Amino acid sequence: MTAVTNQTTAGVDVERSGGPAQQDLYVRMYRQMTAIRLFEERANDLYTRALMPGLAHLYIGEEAVAVGVCEALRPDDYITSTHRGHGHCLAKGAEPRVMFAELLGKEAGYCRGKGGSMHIADPATGNLGANAIVGGGAGIATGAAFASKYLGNGRLAVCFFGEGALGQGVLYEEMNLAQLWKLPVIYVCENNLYNEYTHCSETTAGDMLARPVAFGVIAEAVDGQDVRAVHAAASAMVDRVRRGEGPGFLLFNTYRFRGHHVGDIAREYYRSKQEEQQWMAERDPIALHGQWLVAEGLTDEATLEKIQQDLIKEMDAAVEFAMTAPYPDPAKVDEDVYA
Amino acid sequence: LRDGVDAAAGPPVREISFGDAIREALAEEMRRDARIVLLGEDVAEAGTPFKVVKGLVEEFGKERIIDTPISEAGFTGLAVGAAMTGLRPVVDIMFGDFMTLVMDQVVNQAAKIHYMSGGKWKVPMVVRATMGATRRSAAQHSQSLHAWPSHIPGLKVVVPSTPYDAKGLLKSAIRDDNPVVFFEDKISYAKVKGPVPAGEYTIPLGVADVKREGRDITLVATSSMVQVALGAATMLDEIGISAEVVDPRTMWPLDEKTLVESARKTSRALVIDEGYFRYGVTGEIASVIAEGAFYDLDGPVRRIGARHVPIPFSPPLEDATVPTERDVFETARRMCNR
Repeated sequence: MTAVTNQTTAGVDVERSGGPAQQDLYVRMYRQMTAIRLFEERANDLYTRALMPGLAHLYIGEEAVAVGVCEALRPDDYITSTHRGHGHCLAKGAEPRVMFAELLGKEAGYCRGKGGSMHIADPATGNLGANAIVGGGAGIATGAAFASKYLGNGRLAVCFFGEGALGQGVLYEEMNLAQLWKLPVIYVCENNLYNEYTHCSETTAGDMLARPVAFGVIAEAVDGQDVRAVHAAASAMVDRVRRGEGPGFLLFNTYRFRGHHVGDIAREYYRSKQEEQQWMAERDPIALHGQWLVAEGLTDEATLEKIQQDLIKEMDAAVEFAMTAPYPDPAKVDEDVYA
Repeated sequence: LRDGVDAAAGPPVREISFGDAIREALAEEMRRDARIVLLGEDVAEAGTPFKVVKGLVEEFGKERIIDTPISEAGFTGLAVGAAMTGLRPVVDIMFGDFMTLVMDQVVNQAAKIHYMSGGKWKVPMVVRATMGATRRSAAQHSQSLHAWPSHIPGLKVVVPSTPYDAKGLLKSAIRDDNPVVFFEDKISYAKVKGPVPAGEYTIPLGVADVKREGRDITLVATSSMVQVALGAATMLDEIGISAEVVDPRTMWPLDEKTLVESARKTSRALVIDEGYFRYGVTGEIASVIAEGAFYDLDGPVRRIGARHVPIPFSPPLEDATVPTERDVFETARRMCNR
C-alpha cells in the first residue's frame, strides 16, 4: 500500500477532452460550479440585507472540490457535509429553492426550517447531513459505509471536511475502523488553509497526508482548484473503494475566497488582501475551467455566458420562492423530536 | 401478578439473572432481525468483562458481534451512521463513566439528527452502558450518569431494575426508531434474579411499574435503588408503615401519571436514585410529584441520591456514598412522623 504524496493536476489529453460524454461532463461541471457560486453570492446578499436569520459559511473559491467529487459518485452514494456545506449539498443534487427556503427558516426547506444553513440533509440525494460540529460527519459517513458493506448494496460514502477537522481525534478513530474493516468510505479533506481565523500551519503539525497513510489508508493530494484533476482523482478513488479495497483519503488544496462566515469582513489580522486577490485572480476554479473549455474548443464564450444567465434566472427565482414561502407554524415546534 | 408475569397463563416462567435477561433479549432480537449488530470492546469471545453477552458470537458470528478497538467515540459515531442507513446497531459502553467519550456522538449527533433533518433521517440505535458503585472500582468506573442523556431532547433513557423489566425493555429499545440509552446496573447482573417467562414479550418505554403496593408513603426508586427501596419497605412494614415502591423504569419517556397518582394516594413521596444528588433525576422526579400532587401531600417530597463526591476507592468510603436501606428507612420513618 503506497501513498501518492505529490500533488497531481489534470493535463490536457485526448482521453480527458475527447468523447461527447466527457465533453458533457466538463460543461456540466462548469455549470454546477457556477450554480454554487451564484447560490453563495445570493446567500451573502440575503445576509447583508438582513433577510437571512443567523449566519452562513460560504463555499466560494472551493467549488471544484464538491463538484469534481460528487460528479464521480452515484446518486445513491452517501455524503456527509460540514458547516460550509452548501456546495456539497448542491453538487449532490439539492434543489436551490429548497436550500434557500431552509436558509431562511421556512417550512418548505429541506429540514422544514429546523436545521438551517449548517444542517441541510436529504435522504433523496444521499445527503446524510451537513454538520456543525467540526469532524462531526466522520462517524456518520464511516457508519454509512459500514452499513453499505454489511447490506452489500454497493454504495459508498464520502466524508467532506476541512483541514480544521484534522485537529479532531474522532476522525482518526473512524479512519482506523474504516481501514481495519475495509469500509467503502472516502475522506475528502478540503484544505482551504484557514481553521476559522487561524492559518493551518499554526494548528497542524507534520505532514497532513502522513496521517491517513499511518493507518494504511491510500491518500493523495490534488489541486482543488482544477475541477478536472479533482474529478479524475475522485473517480479513480471511487473505483478502488467500490471494489472493496478499503477507504481512501483525498486532500484537495483550495482556498476560501471569503471569510469564515458572511460576517467575517475585516480579515487583515489573519490574512492579507494581497493573498486573497492573488488567489481570486489566478486560481478561481470556475474561471480556470471556463478558459480551458474555450481553449480546448469544447464550448465558446457565448455558451458559458448563456449558462450563467440561465442560472442567474434560476437562482433569483429560487430566492423569490424562499422569500415568499411561509414560516413553520410555531405550534409544530415539538414535532420530529422523536421518530 | 408480579412484574407483569402471570405464571398461570403464559409459557413457563424461569428464575434467571439480570445479566441473563439482557443476553436473552439481545439474542432473541438478533434472531428476529438481521439488521441488528452489536459493537463494543471485547463483546465477542470475551462476552464483555461482565460476561453478559457471552455466547452470542458463537450463534451470530463476528460479522454481527463485533469487537472494536478501544475507541468509544469511533464505534458509537459509526453506529449513528449505520443506524441512519439501514442497520439497527447496539453499542456496548463497558462502563457508563465512558459516556463522557461518546457525548458528542450521542448528544450532538444521534439525538438531534431526526429533528434537524425535519424528520427525514432516523437513528434507531441502542447505547448500552453500565452504572452503579460498590465494586471497588473507584471514581472513573463507578458512576451512574443516567441524568445526562435524560436532559437531552431526542434521547430515550432506560434504567431497568429486574430481569423481567431488563429483557422486555431492551427488546423495546432495540425496536424503537430513536436512539435509546440503556443503563444496566453492574451489581444486578449476577445478584438480582427474578421470574422471566420463556416466551416472547416486550415492555413499552414510558410505563412505570408499582413494585410493591402501599398506603402511607411512596418510594420512587430507579435501577439499583429499587432493591434498596424494597428492602426498606420491608423494614418500614415492621414498624407499621406501609410503603409503596414505584419504579419509573424509563427516565424518558417518564410516566408522570403513575408517579403523581401514587403520591396522591399515599400523601408522601421519597425519591431514591444512585446518581449524583445535585441536578440529578431525583430533582426532576420530585418536581413532577410536587407539581402534580401538591395539594394531596402531607409534606415536601424528599430525595436521596449518591453523595456529591467523586466515588472513592476505599470500601468504607465508597459505601458511605451510596444510599442504603437504612438511609431510606430512616428518612421515610421521619417523613411519616414515626
